[in-house]
Amino acid sequence: MGTVFSFDVRAPGVDDAVLDDAAWLLHEIDETFSTYSEGSEISRLARGELRLADCSPDVRLVLDECERYRRITGGYFSADAGGSLDPSGYVKGWAIERVSNLLTDAGATSHSVNGGGDVQCVGDAGVGKPWRIGIADPRAAGKIATVVAGTGFAVATSGVEQRGAHILDPHTGQPARGLLSLTIVGAHLTEADVYATAGFAMGRNGA
Amino acid sequence: MKRILLALVGTVAGLAALLSFKTHSGLTGGAALPAASLPSSEPSASAPSTSGGASAPSNSTPSSSAPPEPGQSSAAKTIAGQAIQTRYGVVQVQVVVSGQKIQNASFLQLTADDPRSAEINSQAGPILLQQTLSAQSSQIDGVSGATYTSQGYLQSLQSALDQAGIK
Repeated sequence: MGTVFSFDVRAPGVDDAVLDDAAWLLHEIDETFSTYSEGSEISRLARGELRLADCSPDVRLVLDECERYRRITGGYFSADAGGSLDPSGYVKGWAIERVSNLLTDAGATSHSVNGGGDVQCVGDAGVGKPWRIGIADPRAAGKIATVVAGTGFAVATSGVEQRGAHILDPHTGQPARGLLSLTIVGAHLTEADVYATAGFAMGRNGA
Repeated sequence: MKRILLALVGTVAGLAALLSFKTHSGLTGGAALPAASLPSSEPSASAPSTSGGASAPSNSTPSSSAPPEPGQSSAAKTIAGQAIQTRYGVVQVQVVVSGQKIQNASFLQLTADDPRSAEINSQAGPILLQQTLSAQSSQIDGVSGATYTSQGYLQSLQSALDQAGIK
């Protein structure tokens, strides 16, 4: 189980060492937030071994944000939809966006970061060439349903994933099955990802 | 252009990071169109010629002009779609059509009635281009889809793009 991150840097003259920083940042985030790791802060918090006040600022920030989005989405997004503490729906987009900011700060003003199917683009793919992001067709492996193009934007897709229908409708506790796939496009991936998750949980009647 | 592949695998024992990248010698730039260009063969619904559920447009009716594009065999027509009043502001798309092909699509208007929408629009709003089935003909830079695991990544389109970018 793991997430694959792809980086596409188009700005010339960017030091390759910045990618080491990006890898390190992702490592740190994973160490803190991985629900698959017993020793992560989030796991220890979930087991009651840590109090929230003792957690790192990032953990408190993420959980605060999850709570804010719970209110905004009427509960369709939350950090505990499955009954246990799991802010991954927020952390995934947030991690990618943080890495993207790191790249921008290092001078990579034209880049795209893809983390497990969610994409944050910055700048253009080339001179006068917007980034073109295909949206995978959920009905046909290897096919594209449509293409979205833009300058500096994010694309988040929620759907029935390879590890199964894991997005739950929090109001029924059952896996959301009304939609095959939902894609949200916006300026920032963190929020796009949250809304893609919430929207998918709402099924056909929501969003 | 650099294509970088970074695989992060989380395991019970810890984290293993694989990092590999190659550098391309050049960047495909040259004379590029000012907005997205589409390779396919039929006109799409990217110009909002129907207003859907929005309220009546406040200005601009559809118009077309025919400025011949230099270097093209058939005269290109520039067509402006209706200006659509949405709850966030006005949206109007313009397409350049040559024969049966859409050559270009751009926003004529993407105004916002409130600061938050203006902030969103300032990112040069993404344009939903037409449907296409083949990734190869789409000339895409990346793929968004439901989360894939590292196993799934290997079969994914994104990996095909990454591999194509790593020489």
